[in-house]
Amino acid sequence: MRVSIRRTLFTYTILTLFLFIAVMPFVGNILTSLKTRSELASGLFALPETWRWENYANAWQGARFDDFFLNSVIVVVPVVIVSIVLSLFSGYAFGLMSFPGENALLLLVTLGLMAPSEAVIIPLWHLMDVLGLRSTYWALILPQIALSFSFGTFWMRAHFKGVPRELIDAAVVDGCNTSPFSLRNVLWRILLPLSGPALMSLVVLVFMWTWNEFFLVLVIGGGEYRTLPVGLALLRGRYSSDVPVMAAASTIVSLPVLVVYLIFQRHFIRGMVSGALKA
Amino acid sequence: MGRFADALAASTAGRGRPYEHVHHAYFYILPGFIVYFVFVLIPIVNTVRYSLTEWTGFTAPQYIGLANYERLLEDGRFWNALGNNAFFVIFYTILPIMLGLFLTSLMARGNLRGMVIFRTGLFVPQVMSAVVVGIIWRWIFDYRGPLNAFLRDIGLGAAVKPWLGDFTWAPYAAGIVGSWVEYGLCMVLFIAGVQSISEELYDAAEVDGANAWHQFRHVTLPGLQQQVLVAFVVTFIAALRVFDLVFVLTRGGPGRETQVVSMLIYEEAFEYHRAGYGSAMALVMTVLIVSVSTAVFYAQSRREERENAR
Repeated sequence: MRVSIRRTLFTYTILTLFLFIAVMPFVGNILTSLKTRSELASGLFALPETWRWENYANAWQGARFDDFFLNSVIVVVPVVIVSIVLSLFSGYAFGLMSFPGENALLLLVTLGLMAPSEAVIIPLWHLMDVLGLRSTYWALILPQIALSFSFGTFWMRAHFKGVPRELIDAAVVDGCNTSPFSLRNVLWRILLPLSGPALMSLVVLVFMWTWNEFFLVLVIGGGEYRTLPVGLALLRGRYSSDVPVMAAASTIVSLPVLVVYLIFQRHFIRGMVSGALKA
Repeated sequence: MGRFADALAASTAGRGRPYEHVHHAYFYILPGFIVYFVFVLIPIVNTVRYSLTEWTGFTAPQYIGLANYERLLEDGRFWNALGNNAFFVIFYTILPIMLGLFLTSLMARGNLRGMVIFRTGLFVPQVMSAVVVGIIWRWIFDYRGPLNAFLRDIGLGAAVKPWLGDFTWAPYAAGIVGSWVEYGLCMVLFIAGVQSISEELYDAAEVDGANAWHQFRHVTLPGLQQQVLVAFVVTFIAALRVFDLVFVLTRGGPGRETQVVSMLIYEEAFEYHRAGYGSAMALVMTVLIVSVSTAVFYAQSRREERENAR
């Protein structure tokens, strides 16, 4: 028994140590964001003498992070909503219906699960010119909906496959059908009320991926259309060498995802681990 | 009814349900699939087509056959970038998995209280924007940054250097950041995996006089196969496609010491306007990543089949 207690203590020591290593850079960053430049020399974890909130004001207005923030919201909200709805529909069809061409279509959707954004970026960049969408939010919204479609479809498909058949059969006896144009539809009446947790996981994952997306926005969303991560990475001018202001900007970029993550951490971890299994 | 009709009815019973109209399925799939088709599938096909052309991205593409690929084979920058990706595999994949396995093997098994807190914290680097991660570590490694300050404090002033600007050290510094991002994922996966290994296996091993190493080698490791595989795929692909982190940390420098393939594609296509050549590189990278995923996926489903057959 003594061995086991010692081992438990040791286990918690290791876990705590590595928890610290994982979290400390962010804590240090928040502390840095509240210091003056001359205080930087006193160490990463030294507390600021006075809390310099004006670093945030400088990042928000001076370095235009208010604009980037607005861009991020304008892009992320429609991407999340539309991807979820489209995935709900396609996941339902792939999960619970049989139809000619099912396997071939599913195979095509798998391709999007594995291919990196480099596989599409050059033609996509050109396509935006052809469609006249260059310099619009659509150029950032539409491709990201498309890139979320594969994961969303597989995610909802797996969820629907786990729904007991008897539930659906009972609903059919009660007069439910599959017609997308009917209000007595199995999807709305039976499946949607059961899908809260699965949809929630999908929402937080697509939110995180879209909020953090860098490569696609860097290439396609030039100038006025930068979202937060691209705005942060490409910042030029007087604030780009101001370490506390950059730290404040980093906090602004990461805070929304961090808050959502802390509330829904179970959904994130489950989604990213099992999502990785499929990808 | 004849036997044929019965057989037909039986064979379709599990498929098309009585309430189900087959054409409805297409209504559900079509809206998403159209967007996916236009913005993912067609671009993938076009990447293949452009890779066979000389193209600036603005003028009309000129068909040149496989010339881009021939050029790729002789392009030192491409091999250098691919080599750097391979170097990052050590830091993104091998180190975090080794560390995760080592620590898990030392830990107590069974349910640990407060695991939610550890899991949540260890996973934080995974959910943060890589740009933010890059900005934070760029400061830590900065010449005037906290790492050098710490080294001076402990009397190692001689070791002070601009870590990310140093030709020898930049690849290691950039790699360490990758290890920092990935180790939590590996730990979370392995700890969850160990908890699902039956305690009886360990008891049996103990009765047989197996020491700690043997228990690890013959019980823990086989029990974690699945988790190690997942950790391997995720982190290996992360190392192959890394872009944002390197973009922020070093921009591929100093010189080309930390240049990676995705960065080279970006430069070729959008800075030097060699979109045809960039497409060829993008395609090679895609084939590499898709084949790794497919191979692992295939191996895994084969293993499941074998296990189900038993």
